[in-house]
Amino acid sequence: MTIMKMKPTTFLFTVFKYLSIILASIVALLPICVCVLTAFKTTEEYNATSVLDLPASFLYFENFSVALKQANMFRGFLNTGIVLVVVLIVSIFTGSMLAYVLNRFKFKGSGIIHSLFMFASLIPGIATQVTVYQIMYRLHLINHLYGYMIVLMGTDIISIYIFLQFFENLPVSLDESAIMDGCTYFGVFFKILFPLLKPAIVTSLVLKGVGVYNEYYMSNLYLQDKNLKTISTALYTFTGPFGNQYNYICAGVLITIIPIFILFLIFQEQVYSGMAAGAVKG
Amino acid sequence: MSNMTAAAPKTRKGFWENMKARKGQRILVIVLFMIVPLTLLAVFTYIPFFEMIRFSFYNMKYGGQEGTWVGLNNYIEVFKRSECFKSLLVSVYYMGGAVIQLALALFFATMFVFNVKGSGLFKGAMFFPYLICGIAVGFIFKFFYARGYVLDSLLQMFGVPLEEIPYWLQDQRINNISLAATSVWRYMGQNMILFLGAMMSVDTDLYEAASLDGANKWHQFRYIILPSIKSIVVLNLILSISGSLSAFEPPYVITNGTMGTGTYFVIMNRLAHENQKVGLACAMAIVLLAIIVLCTVAQNLFFKYVFNDGTEDESKAAVRAKKRAAKASKRGA
Repeated sequence: MTIMKMKPTTFLFTVFKYLSIILASIVALLPICVCVLTAFKTTEEYNATSVLDLPASFLYFENFSVALKQANMFRGFLNTGIVLVVVLIVSIFTGSMLAYVLNRFKFKGSGIIHSLFMFASLIPGIATQVTVYQIMYRLHLINHLYGYMIVLMGTDIISIYIFLQFFENLPVSLDESAIMDGCTYFGVFFKILFPLLKPAIVTSLVLKGVGVYNEYYMSNLYLQDKNLKTISTALYTFTGPFGNQYNYICAGVLITIIPIFILFLIFQEQVYSGMAAGAVKG
Repeated sequence: MSNMTAAAPKTRKGFWENMKARKGQRILVIVLFMIVPLTLLAVFTYIPFFEMIRFSFYNMKYGGQEGTWVGLNNYIEVFKRSECFKSLLVSVYYMGGAVIQLALALFFATMFVFNVKGSGLFKGAMFFPYLICGIAVGFIFKFFYARGYVLDSLLQMFGVPLEEIPYWLQDQRINNISLAATSVWRYMGQNMILFLGAMMSVDTDLYEAASLDGANKWHQFRYIILPSIKSIVVLNLILSISGSLSAFEPPYVITNGTMGTGTYFVIMNRLAHENQKVGLACAMAIVLLAIIVLCTVAQNLFFKYVFNDGTEDESKAAVRAKKRAAKASKRGA
């Protein structure tokens, strides 16, 4: 439909629609864009110019290298990367296996176990850390990357829910016919059902991946060693030494944003469908 | 064992052997597949949970030594202590923010249902803040709100003199609004994507058919879009109550809970880890849990009685799923 053919109300609605969307996009991006401008300014330039002024050059990378060094951010990326890979892989397997057992086998206590997981989701995560800390201390898991990974796997129930929901929509006849063909339960799970879980796996990768990458509270509590900083805790160290030198801080902020921005550009559709599936299908 | 079963010939005898072996296999699968998650659940959720209940009746510190039994005193203190009580009031700001956030998300999701050119770009821009880690969001807005920096410069650009601009983070009348706004900024796009997903699960031909039939935009929203997502919107509203009580990162990073911005979690964190009042912090956690359980019961009753008109089976199933996912993700957050 061309503009000429539009009814006046439709035309007004279209203008209103685009204006509101453009305004919202600007509001969403503006705080980030100002960070981009500031991150490229030298300290003198930063002190002399308004924050909204363009930097003299977009090729001034000094702030980034200072930020990387000061907060040891390479180490942070490495640690967060290791944690992400291990936690995501393990929780996809544990989550889908548990969901398989709870959904397909009815046995004494299966209902109770189901309810235990349900109720656990109500207990606020940060609240229990007061006592989890003491357990971590007794198990000697503090200041070990694997300790942090274990507590992340143990306190996050999201993948279990996603898989439980997904299994409800997988027909049992699939299992039955495979078993008739002489397949074992292990075979049913790994050969027949697991490949069908792909959408649920994407959903849980997206939701959990974002959660783990953003996690601050527990990594702050359980990884206090300088070499064990994750990307969140590394970034948080900017609070002290840089004070109001936002040209360095903004560079640090951008360093944490860039990888996730690139991933988002590549996997945009998967991220949206993962999000939406998390809402509609579970 | 499993190989033997698989290789067994399909005679009648083989079938029974198969079944027998299956019983053992069944137990093996159940045990093997559940042992890891159940152990983790016990060690990191239920043991800490019962410890928390126990601690809440004691006056105790970190370091392991047993505290003294104080009965219900910790619980009484939660309601008497002004900082705890104030923090409950602070969450009202976040609840207000959550309502605005849902309204905006609903609005923009609806806009995207009516074809938007370049929607990928706009959707991406609005959604992206959700992917930025909480600490980075904190720094971005510390910079944004600081005196004479981003927001102030913008307002000055539009001709507002600096003297008339309030201190966004220091002025106790508005600083909680500033902080709650960062939450809206961060989560609005994600909410929008959720709503959009639900709206698109309706047959999109309906929209075209309706517009051909001369239904205006408001009617399309009122009679096609809204019914398809009513349950999810109400669910999100109820969830926002417990979500607001659990708000933590914005005040923690931006103001460190000073100047009257301490939310429930920030105060609890301070009591537990700085003031070493572990018993009191545990009592606060139990009170919070009680509120969350109440909200969940209310939510279940609401969906049972209010939406139970027999016409929305599909959307209710979706809501049940959403409830689980939302709870799970809240737990993860």
